Amino acid sequence: MAYKQFILVCGGTGCESSKADDIFKELHAQAEAQGVASDVQIVKTGCFGFCEKGPIVKVLPSESFYVEVKPEDAKEIIAEQIVKGREVKRLLYKDDTQKERIKTEEIGFYQKQYRIVLRNCGIINPENIEEYIARDGYAGLEKALFELKPEGVINELKIAGLRGRGGAGFPTWRKWEFTRVVKEEQKYVVCNADEGDPGAYMDRSTIEGDPHSVIEAMTVCGYTIGANKGFVYIRAEYPLAIERLKIALRQARELGLLGDDILGSGFSFDIEIRLGAGAFVCGEETALLQSIEGNRGMPIPRPPFPAVKGLWGKPTVINNVETWANIPVILTKGGAWFAKIGTETSKGTKVFALTGKIKNSGLVEVPMGTTLREIIYDIGGGIKSGKKFLGAQTGGPSGGIITEEYLDTPIDYESLTALGSMMGSGGLIVMDEDDCVVDVSKFYMEFCVDESCGKCTPCRVGTAQMHDILDKITKGQGKVEDLEKLEKIGHALRRAALCGLGQTAPNPTLSTIKRFRQEYLDHINGTCRSGKCKDLVTYSIDKDKCIGCSLCARKCPVNCISGSKADKYTIDASKCIKCGECFTACKFNAVLKK
Amino acid sequence: MVNAKINGIAVQVAEGTTILNAAEKMNIKIPKLCYNDDLPPWAACGICVVKVEKSPKMLRACCTPIEEGMSIITHDPEIVQVRKTVIELILSTHPDDCLQCPRSGSCELQTLAAEFGIREQPFTKRLKGLPMDTSTNTLVLNPEKCVKCGRCVKVCQEMQNVWAIEFLGRGEKTRIAPAADVALADGPCIRCGQCAAHCPVGAIYEHDQTQEVWTALMKSGADDLTCVVQIAPAVRVALGEEFGMAPGTVITKKIYNALRRLGFDVVFDTNFAADLTILEEGTEFVTRFAEGKGELPLITSCCPAWVDYMQKYYPDMIPNFSTAKSPQQMMGAMIKTYWADKAGVDKKKIFSVAVMPCTAKKHESGRDKSMFSSGDRDVDVVLTTRELARMIKQAGIDLANLPDEEADSPLGPYTGAGTIFGATGGVMEAALRSAYYLVTKEDLKEVNFTGVRGISGIKEARINIKGTEVRVAVAHQMGNIAEVLDQVRKAKKEGKDVPWHFIEVMACRGGCIGGGGQPYGATDEIRQQRIAGLYHDDEKSTYRCSHHNPHITQIYKDFLGEPNGHKAHELLHTHYEEHPLYSK
Repeated sequence: MAYKQFILVCGGTGCESSKADDIFKELHAQAEAQGVASDVQIVKTGCFGFCEKGPIVKVLPSESFYVEVKPEDAKEIIAEQIVKGREVKRLLYKDDTQKERIKTEEIGFYQKQYRIVLRNCGIINPENIEEYIARDGYAGLEKALFELKPEGVINELKIAGLRGRGGAGFPTWRKWEFTRVVKEEQKYVVCNADEGDPGAYMDRSTIEGDPHSVIEAMTVCGYTIGANKGFVYIRAEYPLAIERLKIALRQARELGLLGDDILGSGFSFDIEIRLGAGAFVCGEETALLQSIEGNRGMPIPRPPFPAVKGLWGKPTVINNVETWANIPVILTKGGAWFAKIGTETSKGTKVFALTGKIKNSGLVEVPMGTTLREIIYDIGGGIKSGKKFLGAQTGGPSGGIITEEYLDTPIDYESLTALGSMMGSGGLIVMDEDDCVVDVSKFYMEFCVDESCGKCTPCRVGTAQMHDILDKITKGQGKVEDLEKLEKIGHALRRAALCGLGQTAPNPTLSTIKRFRQEYLDHINGTCRSGKCKDLVTYSIDKDKCIGCSLCARKCPVNCISGSKADKYTIDASKCIKCGECFTACKFNAVLKK
Repeated sequence: MVNAKINGIAVQVAEGTTILNAAEKMNIKIPKLCYNDDLPPWAACGICVVKVEKSPKMLRACCTPIEEGMSIITHDPEIVQVRKTVIELILSTHPDDCLQCPRSGSCELQTLAAEFGIREQPFTKRLKGLPMDTSTNTLVLNPEKCVKCGRCVKVCQEMQNVWAIEFLGRGEKTRIAPAADVALADGPCIRCGQCAAHCPVGAIYEHDQTQEVWTALMKSGADDLTCVVQIAPAVRVALGEEFGMAPGTVITKKIYNALRRLGFDVVFDTNFAADLTILEEGTEFVTRFAEGKGELPLITSCCPAWVDYMQKYYPDMIPNFSTAKSPQQMMGAMIKTYWADKAGVDKKKIFSVAVMPCTAKKHESGRDKSMFSSGDRDVDVVLTTRELARMIKQAGIDLANLPDEEADSPLGPYTGAGTIFGATGGVMEAALRSAYYLVTKEDLKEVNFTGVRGISGIKEARINIKGTEVRVAVAHQMGNIAEVLDQVRKAKKEGKDVPWHFIEVMACRGGCIGGGGQPYGATDEIRQQRIAGLYHDDEKSTYRCSHHNPHITQIYKDFLGEPNGHKAHELLHTHYEEHPLYSK
């Protein structure tokens, strides 16, 4: 049966939570009701990345890109587009610069993206292995098994220059080679899907949208290093990804792409899922392996590295989801093809989870070497409210804030580290002038305090002490020498913490003390520029501007504003909770924030 | 061998040697807190950090093996600054009550603070107000003082395989606690005290009973109370360490003197009771082995932590246990029966103190009703070696220079077989010396059974008793026991001949000389010195076999009758019962 048209409905967690599943069902029902069920194939795909405008529905072959679709729009989509062949104009995406509503290829959000990792997301049905195979899926495995052989696979990865996407960017081929050459009967392959950076969800989306890419790559790795057992360690908070992974594993086994004697090669490999309980530290590879073994998720010293002594003391290759997802394409298209993308030291692409005060929040994949300015302004559409850009946080709680002057730096592992930040998993949070850097530093430090495993002193106590000091500063109780203390503890953390979590925990604080020292000093002197730090803000009413309309008094949740039309209004500072409702409500700029 | 440079000085070390150990060999001391020689590096504290050329971060010396060509800097101003900050961070979570702390003077954190010249605490105090656990009446857990070095957890889980202590909570809320957050007494704890012996600070320590003893000593005379004391084999080769003597120095007779100076009326020696134990246990073995009455292998039961472990983890082995009481409890029973009668002292007016290398002995003295076989509590108070040392210091006794004195008779004089009870393999060796006699009625020409000596975790030997082979095994350090017992279990299950006829088990590494109540800082080197001290004491003894002890012979004749006879059973034997791992 040949379908004339295809409707792709985003089935990522974001869109699903905005009723994408209802849209999907309703489209089916409508197609049935309107008698076109055999003309159109309706598919639920993985994430399109343009989460800002979800739920997304895309119609092929017309490339109609519908945004913010609701279940009740299904009827019209079927009636107009499928039955009559006319686009539903009102649902098409439209950006600020263009008057006309536009189609996929014209959307700025996608213009500068280059999708390798997310190549199948938003295109195939992740619950149907045949759709993955139709897009060259498992061709890389076949090539590895029958053509490249283990040395050849390593060589392709070496030529490709692929580096680990989860943290410090260690060359993937080298990791595999370390394990490959160890003479040991039992070895393991592990996928780190314990994504935990605040705001980062590229791993979740990759597994939700293209689970086979991870399975295929892990199988190739097993073949290359001589392992027949793999584990995917994934957060239990990712139920949809887990479900799709389970389906994918089952389908791969059914087709002989996983299990005994894969494709008749004599090589056997299987994968088990292990659920993480949501501890951030379990994203650290040694803690993750401890957790799989059933121990407390606490890092252990390296060396020995997992490549030599990992899971249950056996040589183990552990890579994160994004790294895995690159590998099938490298094998089918060749390492040389991959190496052409990116910068001198960092090859390929990087997926960022673009969030914060940005117009187009979502998942973006760009070639290494793209500048932050391109990502924020060209892809992200710039700052949401048209306010002034303050900084961009990369690398989550391990990263630093990058300011305006460095926006044109081409991004790769080295350049971000040089800026006092890091690639990390690829969280990218954009802040505008309404944000307070001290408050942001405190937020990340609080995250680290909560997520410290408690094993090593610098991290367990150091993060708590730094948080204490930052808290004091945001309350106006800080002293100038507190900045020295922050730097002193931060230095000890960087140098003496056991794992990456602790070593990078001071990055947000130290990078902002360096670039925004004056803001810290302002807080110490009792003012917060943005007004985020409530203890440093006082609201008052300018009697000259107040017209006595009483709106502020009516909005005040604690009834601390009183007055009359004649006397004008006043705020009782002793009762004020500094919620800012009056400030927002006043139409005459009579409420002052200092 | 690998070549490296430490502080610019070339060094060649065996592959796998850590930076910490290599530096120590070069007389460079790298400060450390969580590391302990007995345990694999846990890498928690962050104090032993050093710089390694080309490494972007500092590495921990305790767990980083030296690699070919490595260039290491162990001390420079930046390293010292980082270490000092880490110490200050630890202090910010540690109470400042050093003066009242049981570890004052022996605390490793206190020493570090002194060495680093900590004169102020720059960071906010972040104390948690965690409650103490005193449920065992043996060990005190004070999690508030814990520095999260992890030693107790590793000792309990890896060395001892007991799993009574665990880290609970996460991040800043991490605390040590009895596993499952029950009271320590309600869990699997066997009270071996190895956690306390390894704790660098005052977070786990013995329940101090010195005041109870001082109070009794005050009543001695005035209240017509007779204070009787016994000292265990292992005490005599370790107590000296508290007074600047070398480990293994045998100071038995100085201790007798010191005990009298403290005010004890009568000084006995547990070694005597060890000889008694051999007669009882040796006879039990002969009955089971030669006469085929009872289960084999026979397993020793003089270690109370081991008894606790077996009752919780191997209750199916209860029939294999020797019913003989431990020397401490035999002595306790004899003091309040035989000796009380003989000396004409009312047993109710006897205060019986035992000085032991052990914390579990405190628990044993009240374990079940057979510990009250005299009709009263046979042993009133058990002091550890560390507690006795404190009492001697409080009394201003210059132990090292005291003249020698003898123990009181008849529960004092002992044989070499009694003294080696304190070392791993010693009970087995002592038993074999007498078992040979009990079976053959002939004495051995060579009494040294070197096959069961030494520090290796599991030792095996075969002894020929007039044509019959006796297979024995010796295991010490609780974590080594499962391997032995599981083989016995397996053989029994499969109906096969058991691999051994006689097994000695001691819970602590090295036997009692490495007990949880011994002076701090035991390493294998120190343990071996203490063991050497005991064997030295053995070699210079007049009698080297328990059955040669003339006082023992006399006591059986005058009072006890036959070994394993009716009276002996009443006073010198006990029974065991299965205990759940968690009682609540």
